[in-house]
Parts: sequence; structure tokens; C-alpha cells
Amino acid sequence: MSNITLDQVRKVYAGNVEAVKGVSIDIADGEFIVLVGPSGCGKSTLLRMIAGLEDISSGEISIGDRVVNKVDPADRDIAMVFQNYALYPHMSVYKNLAYGLTNRGMPKSEIDRRVKEAADILEIGDYLDRKPRALSGGQRQRVAMGRAIVREPAAFLFDEPLSNLDAKLRVQMRVEIKRLQKELGTTSVYVTHDQLEAMTLADRLVVLNGGNIEQIGAPIAVYDKPASTFVASFIGSPAMNLIETVSDAGGLKAKAGTGLQGGNPGGLQACTVGIRPEHLQVVEAGTPVGDGLTLTVKVNVLEPVGAESYIYGTIDGGGAPVVIRIESHQTYDINAILTLHAAAKDVHYFDAETGRRIES
Amino acid sequence: MRPHFPCDGRCAGSAPHICHLHVRGDTMKKVQFNSRWMPYAFLLPQLSIVAIFFLWPAAEAVRSSFYLEDPFGFSSTFVGFDNFTDTLTSSNYARVAQFTAVFTVLVTFFSLALALLLAVKADKVLRAGSTYKTLLMWVYAVAPPVAGLIGILLFDQHVGPLVDFAALFGWKMQIGVNYFDTSFAMVVISVWKQIPVNFIFFLSGLQGISRSVQEAANIDCRSGFRRFWTVTFPLLAPTGFFLLIINVTYAFFDTFGIIDVVLKTEPGNNPVTLVYKVYLDGFRGNDLGGSSAQSVLLMLFVFILTIIQFRLIERRVHYS
Ligand SMILES: Nc1ncnc2c1ncn2[C@@H]1O[C@H](COP(=O)(O)OP(=O)(O)OP(=O)(O)O)[C@@H](O)[C@H]1O
Ligand SMILES: [Mg+2]
Repeated sequence: MSNITLDQVRKVYAGNVEAVKGVSIDIADGEFIVLVGPSGCGKSTLLRMIAGLEDISSGEISIGDRVVNKVDPADRDIAMVFQNYALYPHMSVYKNLAYGLTNRGMPKSEIDRRVKEAADILEIGDYLDRKPRALSGGQRQRVAMGRAIVREPAAFLFDEPLSNLDAKLRVQMRVEIKRLQKELGTTSVYVTHDQLEAMTLADRLVVLNGGNIEQIGAPIAVYDKPASTFVASFIGSPAMNLIETVSDAGGLKAKAGTGLQGGNPGGLQACTVGIRPEHLQVVEAGTPVGDGLTLTVKVNVLEPVGAESYIYGTIDGGGAPVVIRIESHQTYDINAILTLHAAAKDVHYFDAETGRRIES
Repeated sequence: MRPHFPCDGRCAGSAPHICHLHVRGDTMKKVQFNSRWMPYAFLLPQLSIVAIFFLWPAAEAVRSSFYLEDPFGFSSTFVGFDNFTDTLTSSNYARVAQFTAVFTVLVTFFSLALALLLAVKADKVLRAGSTYKTLLMWVYAVAPPVAGLIGILLFDQHVGPLVDFAALFGWKMQIGVNYFDTSFAMVVISVWKQIPVNFIFFLSGLQGISRSVQEAANIDCRSGFRRFWTVTFPLLAPTGFFLLIINVTYAFFDTFGIIDVVLKTEPGNNPVTLVYKVYLDGFRGNDLGGSSAQSVLLMLFVFILTIIQFRLIERRVHYS
């Protein structure tokens, strides 16, 4: 068990593709860090640099106070779980688990003990003699986890380990990974592009965008105070409503359309306002705006998902799209005009140019 | 395309399911021809080629292996298995068979081993995704036919650089005269010519191994040598086995041309392979019966090789 430190880590691929642009993170011992971001943002590259599968162009990576830039992957004391599991197809499950231990010259009895123990934890004891091709996707996933666990490494590295599973299994394994990680207390770095997975697993989230860190923080802190429009639209589902506004004497107005009226407590110029779908209440027309925000929205689609429903609409007068969460079983007519209100504390302001959060 | 239809129940004890092995006759789609002779007409060209160039000569060889033909071809006498017993008991035949075996083992081993070595190096370059990639494609597009020619030139008694090179170390190579020198040249040229073919197969085999499996092995095992023998090599086994059969066949039969060029049709005391001996005895020695008996023995050998191949291929593991 140990901490991991990334200091100004950069990766430039052949052809001057800068995949990671100076990333610094301090990962505490036993912490579960999730790297999240859209496809191509450099998550895998960063993880693979920690694993030693990719050279570090500049910067420094240390695992437990040891700089590992030049250390062989096998000597970094890490274990990795790959998206396609990467099991050795010609070896039995037992051998798959034992391989990394045998190569490190561990005595047979100790290997056997660890493999049996991991097999128990993951409930794969019945398949130890099978080849990977005779296993289902979920079972393969468990074997891949087992191969990491038996090593008892300083850190687990996961690269989208659940993305090849079906939805139900994914949720089940997600819970299991979290439980295991807490039980073993092993420092973990987990890569995913699924924001829900990121939110539920992480002690701390690292939101990446185009090779840069957009925000680091506890999932709920990131959710409550997204540092930029990028984070705001990436974390949370459905995404936060982002509406471009301009200011005039009476407060904020929508840039397109007529259906926005907002207070301007900070005296901002043009800015982008953000409101989460669950923070918009349907109210009577004519309710005072106060420091909050009032929207007039035309209903386009009503989407019941069971526990709740969503209204997809547009700001009156041909403005931006807006999503509103409502209680399930509530219905509204298509094309109805609704008045919505958000309290001041639930409205986020972002710089119109840079998209960075403006603290008010 | 394999058909996918309900299984006719031959899958032991299983519930109704879709299966591509046991298809119920009535559900299987049939291509309908206007005339029932049509399909045979389509097959005719292929069948006649097989008949004219393979079956007929084979039958002819089997027939004449039981006859003793006089050198001018005017008469032939039925001699039963005499040609076979003569062949199998002749010390010359044993010597040639022995050489063929050694030759085959050497050619197969070295052409596989060197090709594998080169393929592993090339695979590294390709995985690094560098610009050498296109260059490498070129090399193996031109390689096989040209390599054979170059190989023969290298050993040319008068202009061959390898002969000169050996001379530097005081080895006066006398190809076509000295038994060892001649066999050496034969083996080297045969290996040289076969390497590009093996290389292509090994390389595509290596490229077929998943990158993440290799990476998992990188994390699990520090020693590249050990990694090769415990992960890469076993995963290459299907390719390797296929190439083994191909190379044995090559060393046995396809080296005829190389041997002929090296010997310049003057065998003298030089080593020859069984196939070359068939030619020598039949066309230079005019012993058609003996030569036919030898080719029948070779046919048997190929037959056995084929059976082994099918047996093992059936058992062969397919990794997905
Ligand atoms: N070997 C390589 N050579 C050149 N560019 C590369 C290489 N590998 C990745 N890249 C580039 O680096 C960037 C980051 O890639 P990376 O695989 O880290 O993305 P990712 O965040 O993991 O995306 P995904 O969610 O799709 O897996 C991409 O723009 C990609 O095209
Ligand atoms: Mg990735």
C-alpha cells in the first residue's frame, strides 16, 4: 500500500500529439481515484504511464516515494485490470492467477494459498481448471480482478474494466469493486468515461479534458460546484442546463429566446448560467424572480423513466434546450408553456468566454 | 457462411437450439439449379485438372512400380514388389533417405527459427507504430521470389560473395565437388528462400496476439525471454504447427529446383534428396520401375503427413 504522486506529467506521442499536458495529482494511500472524461481525453494514456506501459515524456511519477519513471512495469508493484480482461488464453484460470506470482519466485504453497483465497472472494473457485474461453464475460472479469488481487500490489489500475459487461452485471461488479477496494485498502486508479461509475466509485474524481485536468474533488463536491461548463455538462445525468445570457438593467436575459429572467447579484456581464434539471420547479406564472432565475419553457417531449420523469423543452422564443426533472406520474401537455423557477443557491455562473466557474 | 438453423437434436442431451453443425434437412436452404447436371459441369474443369495432372500420373506411377521396364521402353515385365524391396534394401537409398532427413530437419528448423526471430523484431517495430511500417510491407512483398535468386547467386562458384567470404577464413568452398560444402550451400539457400514465407505467417500470427495480453504479461513477468516462451510462443503455436507441416513439405519437395541448380545436373558424389533421386533414377538412370517405386513411397509419406496434420488440426486449440 502506498501513495502515488504525479508531478507535471506529460505525454507527447509520435507526430506531436500531446495526449497528456502537464498533469499533477497527489493520490493518498488507500484512496480510490477515478479518472473520468470523454473519449480521447488521455485517461488511458495517463493510467498506462503509471503502469509503465507508456514512456513518460516529461514530469515525474512516484509510487510510494520511489520515482518510477524508468522502472520496468513488472517492478512497479502495480496490478492492472484491462477493458478486454487480457487473460492468457492458453492458461487455465488457476495459472492465469498464479502466473505473476510464479514469475516473482514465490513458493508454491504461498501461491496456492493466495489463489484459493482470491478465488473464494470472487467466487471463481469452480472454474480454476477452465480456460478463459470457457467462461462468460462476467466470469472473465472476475478472473481479471483475481489476477490483480493475488499480487497484493501497492496499487490497482483499472482501465474501463466494466465497459464490456451488460448493464445489470456492470452495476453488480461496480458495487463489488468498491467493496473489495475498501476491504483491501489498496490505492486504486480507475479510468472510465461513464460519469455514473465515476460518481459512485470515487473517493476523489479527476475530470480530464483534452489532456488537462478540469477539476479534482470528491464526487459530490464536483457535482455541487463544477469548476467549468465542461465539468457541469459531463458530471450528472441528464446534464446540467447551460444557457448563455446577456445582462441589462433588469438583470440577466437569454441570449436567444425570450423566456429567461434572472437576478444579477454579482453584477455580471455576459455569462453562462447553469441549473441542474432537479433544481427547476414548476411554478405559477408571475412568481417573483428574486435573486433566482425564472424560465418560460415550451414542452417538447415528456420522458417517464419510472422513479421520475423528465421534460425536454426549449426556452420560449426559440432559445436553448432545457431538461427538467419532475415527479413521476406528473404529466404536462406537449407544447404547453411552463414557468420554472430556480433558487439563487442552485444557479451556477460561468464565464462566457472561458467557461470557468464564477464564484458569487 | 455457415447456416444457422434449429439443431436436429444430435447435440447430446441439449434443449432445442440454433446450431451450425447439425442442420435439419428440410430447413436447410438449397441452391436450385435448372438442370441437375449443371453443378457437375461447374466442377468439371477443376476435376479434370486433378485427374490429368494428379490422379493419372499417380496411377501410372503405381502401375509402373510393379514392372521392370527395359531401358528403351519397348517391353516391360511384371516383377511384383521387387522394385520396392530393391529400393528399400539398397544402401544408396538408405543414405539418400538419411541425408533427406537431416536436410529436412536443418532446413525446417533454421527457416522457422530465423523467420520467428525476424518476425518478433518486426512485430516490435510495427507495434511501436512507427513509419517503418510501410517500408516493411515493401520488403515482404518483394522478398520471396527475389530471395531465391539472390541465394543462388551468393553461392556462385565464380562471383558468389559467400564463397569469397568463406575463403577469407581459409575455407575453400568447392560447391558441387565437396560433399559437405555442397550440402551446406543447399541448406543455406533453401533456408534463405523459405524465410520470407515463414516470416509473413509468423508476423501476422504475432500481430494477432492481443496487445493487452502482451501488456498484462509485461506487468506479470519481468524477463522478456521468459515472457516469450510462456506467453508469446504458446499463442503462436497454431501458426507454428501449420508452418511446420508447410516447411517439411517444402524441404522434401520444393527444394528440387535449388538442388538442381546447385548440382547443375551433375550429381556425381554429391548429396541429393529423395525427390531428386526419383528424377535421377527415372530420367538419367532410365530405371522407371525403381523410380516409380520411390515416388510411390514418397506419396505414402505425404499421405501420412496429411493424416497427422488433420488429426492435430482437429485437436488444435482455437484461441478467440
Ligand atoms: N500510440 C499512440 N500514438 C499516437 N497517438 C495516440 C496513441 N495512443 C493514443 N493516442 C492519442 O492520445 C489521445 C488520448 O488517448 P487515450 O487512449 O489516452 O484516450 P482515452 O481518454 O483513454 O479515450 P477512450 O475513452 O476512448 O479510451 C487520443 O487523442 C489518441 O488519439
Ligand atoms: Mg481509454
